Amino acid sequence: MTEERGNSKEISFYEEKGRYKGVLAWLMSTDHKRIGIQYLGALLSFFAVGVSLGMIIRLSLVSPGWLFGAQTYDEIFTTHGIIMIFLFIIPGIPVAFGNFFLPIMIGARDVAFPRLNRFTWWLYLAGAAIVALSLFIHGEPPDTGWTFYAPYSIRTQANIALAVFGVFILGFSSILTGLNFVTTIHRLRAPGMTWFRIPVFVWTLYATGWVQMLATPVLAITLVFIILGRVFGVGFFDPSKGGDPILYEHLFWTYSHPAVYIMVLPAMGIISQIVPVFSREKLFGYKAVALSALGIAIVGYFVWGHHMFTSGMSDTARVIFSFITFLVAVPSGVKIFNWVATMYKGSITVNSPLLFALSFIFLFSIGGLTGLVIGSLAPNLHLHGTYFIVAHFHYVMFGGAGMAILAGLHYWFPKMFGKMYKERPAKIGWLILFIGFNLLYFSMFVLGYNGMPRRYFDYPPQYFTGHLVSTIGSWILAVGLLIIFGNLIRALFTGEKAPANPWGGRTLEWKIASPPPPENFKEIPVIKETLS
Amino acid sequence: MKKSMEKNPYAKYEQHIDYTGKKIGMWFFLFTELLFFGGMFLLYSVYRYRYPDDFHTAAMGENIVIGSINTAVLLTSSLSIALSISAIEKGNRRLSVLLQILTILFGLVFLVNKYFEWTEKIFRGIYPNSPVLLNQGKGQTLFFSLYYVMTGIHGLHVLIGTIVISFMVVFTLKGVITRENFSKLENTGLYWHFVDIVWIYLFPLFYLIT
Repeated sequence: MTEERGNSKEISFYEEKGRYKGVLAWLMSTDHKRIGIQYLGALLSFFAVGVSLGMIIRLSLVSPGWLFGAQTYDEIFTTHGIIMIFLFIIPGIPVAFGNFFLPIMIGARDVAFPRLNRFTWWLYLAGAAIVALSLFIHGEPPDTGWTFYAPYSIRTQANIALAVFGVFILGFSSILTGLNFVTTIHRLRAPGMTWFRIPVFVWTLYATGWVQMLATPVLAITLVFIILGRVFGVGFFDPSKGGDPILYEHLFWTYSHPAVYIMVLPAMGIISQIVPVFSREKLFGYKAVALSALGIAIVGYFVWGHHMFTSGMSDTARVIFSFITFLVAVPSGVKIFNWVATMYKGSITVNSPLLFALSFIFLFSIGGLTGLVIGSLAPNLHLHGTYFIVAHFHYVMFGGAGMAILAGLHYWFPKMFGKMYKERPAKIGWLILFIGFNLLYFSMFVLGYNGMPRRYFDYPPQYFTGHLVSTIGSWILAVGLLIIFGNLIRALFTGEKAPANPWGGRTLEWKIASPPPPENFKEIPVIKETLS
Repeated sequence: MKKSMEKNPYAKYEQHIDYTGKKIGMWFFLFTELLFFGGMFLLYSVYRYRYPDDFHTAAMGENIVIGSINTAVLLTSSLSIALSISAIEKGNRRLSVLLQILTILFGLVFLVNKYFEWTEKIFRGIYPNSPVLLNQGKGQTLFFSLYYVMTGIHGLHVLIGTIVISFMVVFTLKGVITRENFSKLENTGLYWHFVDIVWIYLFPLFYLIT
């Protein structure tokens, strides 16, 4: 990348010489940009592993027993879940794009605690290594599903304690990242960058940071209970010792429902950056979009019970949880309407980042609306624990957060790597991905509605067609992903040099060179207006 | 780093140390710790509500003398760490180091007391999943499981605290912590007070509820 810097004399952060060389120059770096790039590389690698495992699950479901037995099937879907959730989508946007762009977007040179930031990256690596270890060392890989429900997770022979400890470390990393970001946003905004001038992406990172700090410790202590239960026989969730497994579910979902917003809030932030830029419009209702992020974060705290409607809860509790679940749809709706209103009468350029952003809006809306179906008590009794749930959360996680990561990747790729990718393959890849995605997951809605239970290894013949369509969809989706990432990897090596502002963006990251110089800004900018 | 000028609007961004920022970060961290312990207190309240009589009976078996001594020791250690911060603020490095070492000693006394308490119980056959305990019923099993887990994790925090304070002693001696820049010591003090406060809640819940 060195020779293509062109007329500007300043060096990029890639060329900065530090105390260390080679791999250590990256691992020991406290530069938020380098940490962000490393996180991105790790995340996408784990995404590739997770997708491959998902493909194997789908393949097995066309002809159960042909590839492997039921126990292996359990282990594979558990590993798919743990990797996708704890190693890819929860850290996801904040650690990769947040690290890279948060300081730049508020006009700072780095995050508030650069060394703590590096420490979170090491913790992430350690957590990932421990989770990986639990798959390969003596004994069986985890087979409980990613939720580690007690009492099975306390009694199974698999390597639960190790996997859970890995997730505990990852949680610690997540807490410290959130803490770092919130402090950064409080302390390091450039002069004139008032609260209602910061880009919406930063607002969503702020809300996410709070959720990370408020929810993750609850998961941490719950996981400690699981470890203590397995190692010392502490029976907090074991009925034979007076414990209560339902309490595990409560504690687990107290974290894991807000975790959904850790995944989705920053995704909404990315969409709020992309839609105005490609519509040549200001974001419609900036304050509403910004504050609805906080609204989602706050209300999202009180809805965990909707994961447990069939677990055993009083009717009063169920009605209240159902009602609050409906409430959380309101701020989400506010955002959707504002994005659409932003595009109204805008001068829209249909580039690949916008295509991914629009598919986010479409797929997330389906995911959100089906969430209301299962958030109502009566349909939930019918649909709980079926493929309908699987389809719903894949629409939200992959169709939502995943699409936003792809959107962000195409939007910020020129800034992060200083290269332009080819537009045509990106669009073709997007189209194939979009078709494959809907075949893969929409057929699951139908399967689930007809009563196919989730996590089952085998099924009666009437579900075969649905499973076949879904599996074919998974192949199409994989082809789409191959084209998209092939195009991006090719651009890394042979792409044209990216200009500082290829899309006409107004936020601060587009006012500095691509890729950014080591210190981001020679002089800290003074902000006089809202930039997004 | 350029020398920051008077009335420089960027002064906040040019200086190396953001004192307020560090303090904010520490308070956030303590907040997450509070939620971490919150999970345990939640479990305690649920099971105490479910087995009130068993909890009552089980708590009689606790040694209130050792518990009270430990409470006094930990409260005094909070005083000594607070005084060590005042000492460094006044520029008295020697006194500050002495007070920090005193705090470490208090922490160790607390842990030694805990050690005797635990071994005495384990000797009587009271530990999670022990045959003795399982015979005494579910409520008592849960009480002592909670006792070991909560005081254990709290003890771990005390241990980490003493290690961190030992680092602070070294930093103070080396001149990293000075009259002008003592936020490391101050944040350590905040952490130590937090550990102390957790004990203030643990003490009545396990020793005084009989």
